[in-house]
This record gives sequence, structure tokens and C-alpha cells, in this order.
Amino acid sequence: MKILYYPGCTLKTSAKNFEESAIASAKTMDIELIELTRWNCCGTVFSLTSDDLIHHVAPIRNLIRVQEMNKQGLVKGEFRLVTLCAMCYNTLKRSNLRVKENPEDLEKINNLMYLEEDYEVKVEVIHFLKLLEDMGFEKVNEKVKNPLKNLKIAPYYGCMLLRPKEVGIDDPEDPTIQEELLEKLGAEVINNPFKKVCCGSYQTVQDKNIVVDLSYSILTRAQKEGAEAITTSCPLCAFNLDNRQKEVKEKYPHFKEIPVFYFTQLMSIAFGLDKKYCRFDLNYIDPEPLIKSKGLL
Amino acid sequence: MEEEKNKRLDPQEVMERIAAASKPMVAGVEDKDVEYWVTIYIMGRAYKVPADLTILTAMEYAGYKFIRGCGCRQGFCGGCSTVYRKKGEYKLQSGMACQTRVEDGMYLVQIPFVPAEKASYDINKEEYNVSTMFKYYPELARCVSCNTCTKACPQKLEVMDYVQAAIKGDFKAVAELSFDCIQCGLCALRCPAELVQYDIAQLVRRMYGRYGSGKEPEHLLKRIKEIEEGKFNQEMDKITSLTREDLEKLYAEREREPD
Repeated sequence: MKILYYPGCTLKTSAKNFEESAIASAKTMDIELIELTRWNCCGTVFSLTSDDLIHHVAPIRNLIRVQEMNKQGLVKGEFRLVTLCAMCYNTLKRSNLRVKENPEDLEKINNLMYLEEDYEVKVEVIHFLKLLEDMGFEKVNEKVKNPLKNLKIAPYYGCMLLRPKEVGIDDPEDPTIQEELLEKLGAEVINNPFKKVCCGSYQTVQDKNIVVDLSYSILTRAQKEGAEAITTSCPLCAFNLDNRQKEVKEKYPHFKEIPVFYFTQLMSIAFGLDKKYCRFDLNYIDPEPLIKSKGLL
Repeated sequence: MEEEKNKRLDPQEVMERIAAASKPMVAGVEDKDVEYWVTIYIMGRAYKVPADLTILTAMEYAGYKFIRGCGCRQGFCGGCSTVYRKKGEYKLQSGMACQTRVEDGMYLVQIPFVPAEKASYDINKEEYNVSTMFKYYPELARCVSCNTCTKACPQKLEVMDYVQAAIKGDFKAVAELSFDCIQCGLCALRCPAELVQYDIAQLVRRMYGRYGSGKEPEHLLKRIKEIEEGKFNQEMDKITSLTREDLEKLYAEREREPD
């Protein structure tokens, strides 16, 4: 199956470990993620201000590229656009919804982008997790060569995959989509009651202490439940939960570091793919010792 | 009005006008020999000028003398940015004064300099990754993909695309998309996010040249070798030993293309 794919800037830079493991895992499942031939910033944050249309230009411009690729014959009648980054997913999905519900806004945005063809509101933005769910997690299970036996994983969601509920990929109060995937990969899923607690998001720039405290409570709670590692689908959550463990350790010396995976890295391991696709060099806390201790590498 | 517009588009007539205007104006053709005239507004003041001059030569015809904001006169140096509006149109347009023909009812002003905070760095000490971009140009993240820069570019570059490529760390794409940049600064003047696109691209091209391209600068190395071997010494000695008068004569008689 060929499906169009929007990476976003972080997956091309500090989250290469997310992109490379996702593309390889998708390939194992006979999904060819075709990157948009031309794309720009997703818009990063969905603008809530009612008259702030300029911040919807970036996401809508990307959706026009899907139309273009169909017209160029690069795909046929394929208007789904897959994202991996939870931030990109949220922004693209919500802007798409906004212009769908507000034709006047769309007209203004189209007029501003008069050099582009008009957006026809045909695109469906879809998260990779949702794509897998729609195909059936059984299909994932069929490809597992290396079940993640005895690996105790606590999924973490953050906000962007779940809220607001109009765009969420799962129940915003009690999501289970990652749990279902991880179970099919053979992992032992640990319930983390803090799986939706805010990671601190962009406060990491303004005041990293806020993030240090939030990460500390999220991670230690997961550990208390027995987790050996965390999974996420958001590069910003990953930064706050993984890289900020440096500051967590400084502030709380008794803290014990815990690896943070992108869920696709665990798919790659379970599918028995070459370790190179995991790009563990980009994880702050090295997950390899844990993986090796379980005999998975 | 409609008639006049159609009339202006008649190719035969356009060719005649170009032929008439191609007589060297600055070299002293008399006004009586000029058939077509337009009125332009330089900083608000009306001037009647021959219809087929460029903005640059029309301003000189009107009496302006350029000591800044005018370089090669061939569209390469990026020194003579112009901003203009045409009568009855809301669109603000821009271009290089030496490459843009005057049109009737043009309101224009020259932009001889673009204020920009240019980063200072030692390319040998920089990391070849996207964090170097954000270290020197953090405003990159303010780009809203409005494409105004692309619309302003007189070189017809995909400016927004190269800014976006810089954000995603695709330095090869930046280097290729921005290669024909003449650093006129019109993109930066029009950018609502206040980016300085051309300086950003310059940093990327330098990084790409230093670390990314994997190529030796073949022609540069050849030229350095020639200089070291003294290929140009004789010619340099000849020029540096000339008197001021002889040097001026040499300059005036140099080979050059017409304005």
C-alpha cells in the first residue's frame, strides 16, 4: 500500500530515530510511506485566535500538496496524509477541520495563496497509529519475529494525539491505542495513570524547571508501576521526558534513569529489523542495555 | 482605457519603441528624437521620461546621480532594489532598477540598503547541523509559510522553500534553491516574520560548501595555484605603476556592455 506521508521538521533533524524506525517498520507491513515532494512547516501550534488566519496558511499549503501529487499521478485517488509527529498531526488535522467548517476562512486563505491551486478540502489527516489500528493490529502481530517478552512498557500519550476530542485518535480520558499495539508486539504493558499528564510542552524553553518536575513525576510514577521504559509519539514529549532526565537527575539525585522510546523503535525491534533503523544514538538515555538484557538485540 | 491597454500590447509597436529607446540616451540623444514618453513618480514627484528606459536610467535622466545603490547595472549585484506601485493597482511590487522598464504612472522609490543583523561566525568551528541555523538565526522558526518572500524575489527563486529547507536541515536543497540569490534584500524587507532570508541562505551555502558538498573547489584551487605561480604579477605591476590620469583613461575606455 502506498500512502502519502508528512514528516515535519523534527523528524528530519533531532527525531530521525522516529522517522527511520517508522519507515522501516511500515515497509515490513507493506506500507510505503511516500514523503510529500514539497512541504513546509506544519504550523507547529494550531492558532486558536478567531481572526488569525495567517497561521493556517502553512498547514493548508501542505494539504494542497496532496492534491498536487494526485494530479501529477504520483498517487491515484489517495487523499490520506499520514503523520508521525503528534504536533504535526494536531495542527494539520485541526486546520483542515477549521476550513472544512468555515468556508469563508478557506476562501480568504485561498486568496492569500493565489499562486497555489485552491484547496479542495479532500484530504484526510491520519496518524500512523490510527492507520495501524484501521488495518488491524493483528496484521502487526503477524510480522513480529522477536516478541518483546518481559519488556515492561508504560505508554505515554501527552496531549496532541488526544485533544481536542474532535481530532483525537482515541478516548481523551482513557486512551488504549498504544497499549493495544504494544501487546501485539509482545510487550508487557504497564498502566501508567500519568499517561496523559502534561509534559510541560514549550515551557521547556521558558522555564525548564517546570518540565523537570513534571517529567520527574510522570517517570517515577511509571517506574512505581513497574515500567522499565516509556513510549511516546511526540518529539517534544520525548525531549522533555528523555533529554530532561539530565536535569531531573541533578535535582533529584536518587532518580533512576529510564529509556524513552518512540513506539516505532519498538516495532522495529519486534519485527527483527536491523538495529540501524532505531538510531539509538539520538535517544538521550541509551535503551540498548535494557533491550540487550531482555535478549532482544 | 481598455483600448489604450490593447494598443500598448501591440508587438510591432513595442518593438519600435524598444528600437527607439535603444539609442543611447545617456550619450546625448535629444528629446526631440524620442517618440514615446511616460510619467513616473520618483518619491512622489512627477517626471516625464523616455518610455523605454529602465528605472535606473530613467532616474538618471530625471537628474539623479547614483553614488550608492547602483552597482553592476546588469542585474547581478543586487544593489539597486526598487519598490513601486502602479497607478490604480493595490499591489506593491519590487524589482531591480537596472532590470525593470519604467511604466506610465509608476510610483517608485529606491532601497539602496537593507538593514539586517548579519551573523558573524567562523565556518570552521560550526557544527554541520540545524542547531547552528537556530543559534544564529532563531527567527527562522517564525516563518509562517506565507510565501511573500518568493513573490518579492526578482530572481524568481523559491525563497520560502529554501527557508523551509533550512528549518528541516536539508542544506543541499537550500544551497541549490538559493544559488542564484543576488542578495538584494527585497525578501527580507517584505517578510512579515522579519527573517533575513539571504543571510540565512549564505550561512547554509558556506556550511554546505565546507562540510556537505563533499567536493573540492576545483576552479578556486586552480586559480590559487595560478596566482602563486605568478601568472598575474606582470599585469598587476603594469596597473599599479600607472599614473592616475592613465588609470582613469584605462577605466573610461574599458570594455563594457551598454546600460
